Amino acid sequence: MSSVLMVGVDGSECGDRAVEYAAARARKSDAKLYIAYVIEWSQFTFSTALENAERHKRREEEIQRAHSEIVDPIVDRLKSEGLDVEGLVRHGHVADTLNELAKSKGAVNIILGRQGTSKLKSHVFGSVGSRLVQSAECAVTVVP
Amino acid sequence: MSKLRVGITTLVSLFASFSVLADTGIDEKINVAIKPFADAVAGLVFSSFPVGGVQIPFVLVWLIVAATIFTFYFKFINLRAFKHGFELVRGDYHDPEAAGEVTHFQALATALSGTVGLGNIAGVAVAVSLGGPGATFWMILAGFLGMSSKFTECTLGVKYRNELPDGTVSGGPMYYLTKGLAEKGTGFAKLGKVLAVMFAIFCVGGSFGGGNMFQANQSFSQLVNVTGGDASWLADKGWLFGLVVACLVGLVIVGGIKGIARVTSKIVPFMAVIYVTAGLAIIFMNYPMIPAAFGAIVDGAFTAEGISGGVIGVLFQGFKRAAFSNEAGVGSAAIAHSAVQTNRPVTEGFVALYEPFVDTIVVCTITALVIIITGTWDPSVDPGAGVQLTSSAFEKAFSWFPYVLTVAVILFAFSTMISWSYYGLKSWTFLFGENKFTDATYKLLFLFFVVIGSSMQLGSVIDFSDAMIFAMAFPNLLGCYFLLPVVKKELDEYWADYKSGKLVKTRLS
Repeated sequence: MSSVLMVGVDGSECGDRAVEYAAARARKSDAKLYIAYVIEWSQFTFSTALENAERHKRREEEIQRAHSEIVDPIVDRLKSEGLDVEGLVRHGHVADTLNELAKSKGAVNIILGRQGTSKLKSHVFGSVGSRLVQSAECAVTVVP
Repeated sequence: MSKLRVGITTLVSLFASFSVLADTGIDEKINVAIKPFADAVAGLVFSSFPVGGVQIPFVLVWLIVAATIFTFYFKFINLRAFKHGFELVRGDYHDPEAAGEVTHFQALATALSGTVGLGNIAGVAVAVSLGGPGATFWMILAGFLGMSSKFTECTLGVKYRNELPDGTVSGGPMYYLTKGLAEKGTGFAKLGKVLAVMFAIFCVGGSFGGGNMFQANQSFSQLVNVTGGDASWLADKGWLFGLVVACLVGLVIVGGIKGIARVTSKIVPFMAVIYVTAGLAIIFMNYPMIPAAFGAIVDGAFTAEGISGGVIGVLFQGFKRAAFSNEAGVGSAAIAHSAVQTNRPVTEGFVALYEPFVDTIVVCTITALVIIITGTWDPSVDPGAGVQLTSSAFEKAFSWFPYVLTVAVILFAFSTMISWSYYGLKSWTFLFGENKFTDATYKLLFLFFVVIGSSMQLGSVIDFSDAMIFAMAFPNLLGCYFLLPVVKKELDEYWADYKSGKLVKTRLS
């Protein structure tokens, strides 16, 4: 039975390196890869009435854009090499969602880049990687 | 980008023309021009009948009777669903598949940002001054009963909303009055259309009055007060303040600069927390006086010594303040709540219970208690000086608070204006169709009224504002009465599922 690897991407170079690392492992061990992009979103935010009215439409657009700009190119490229890959886009808190996805797909390892697109944010709020390392329910590999 | 350019050009030309007239006492000119119209409208809406020497407006009775009837019809749903409403807001039943959509919390927060505002701060001061501490009791009672009205209208708002093909959502009394009543037969369908149009017209008026002019006027008043009162440089420059605010509002609603609205919607809850915390601090700092304050409230509610109009007068002030502050029965909240993601409309009704609770039973009461405890209530207060009274009440404990209050008042006013510009826009496009032209005309009119409101004397502004908002309650509640069985069915089905454990609780801790 091949193992399942969950790769968290965010459009950054670090994320791409995480994909390469995971792909290298998948080539050797015939693992199934999930390429996951989580759109940062919280249940408890404040918005205007107009934003709420358009939210459903925006959500669809966000998911579409994440797929077409980030996830699908990666998935297509790896699929053409013959790897077993699937793309996922979700809204939510990034670390928690990656953890949930890993659980639901039975992943043995979450792989992600160390540094996302915002360096300042990571320094102030802690990076997704460091959060996951503390809270994930499976092994976490942080790729520099 | 061109929308932004058009908006800015219009505003700049408005500014230019106003500044040319700057020396001619423009505030006074605007006031004189608008006053007769405003007074006539207010007089009509507030047609009243005398009870025990006090003139009670029919529309107020309409609101309170409806709230009471709904409370009994739904067997005190405001108590029964209180806990579950909290669970829903907290996200206990949040569906992970729906992550990214509008949550109950977000819908409630949005609606609250529209209702929590100057009514809670300035209006309460006027009510407690004119009606004495006893008005607080009736205000809390009206808030409690009003929870049932909000429950009803928000459930209907979600049930009969329009989900457009492009993914946007449009809901509110205009839709439940047309679609909901149409389900009952052709006679009702016609009635529904008439009521919907009436509602839309009054809502547009409300969006110019209470949602706009009143907010601009009162925030300007507080700004003048804090910068030196009559001696302030700003004292007769209401039109200038109005123009600046109109520019900011215009950038959001015309220019689509979401950043401002986003920043405001983050700061407003923060300011609300500061306000409530300061209020609680004052109350607890004076804790020996708390029993006396409550004593004065209960006493004043039933004996009404020295209050003109006696108990009826006290009751009237309390009910009026609650009704204007939490808008229960008016229908505006149904527009805000309708965008929530759910397939059980009644869940949003439960969540909406918290609106009058937070707005009236919590925030208004805190304001009232601060005013009573600091003894600043003054029966001879000028209804236009409401916010100054609250300001001085807080100032007794925290000398720096008037500055914080000014910032809070301006932010609350701004967010209320943004919310009501949406409600008014939805009503306007319901009446005149949805296209770029109707969109632009409404928005420009809205901005125009921001300037008017800052320049007018409060008396006429407040009467007109109250009138339009209360007028909305007439078609809204009439439709709600007819649609009560619909809500009951939704409620009974959901409640059965809830009690039998069929609903999936996703948050287990």
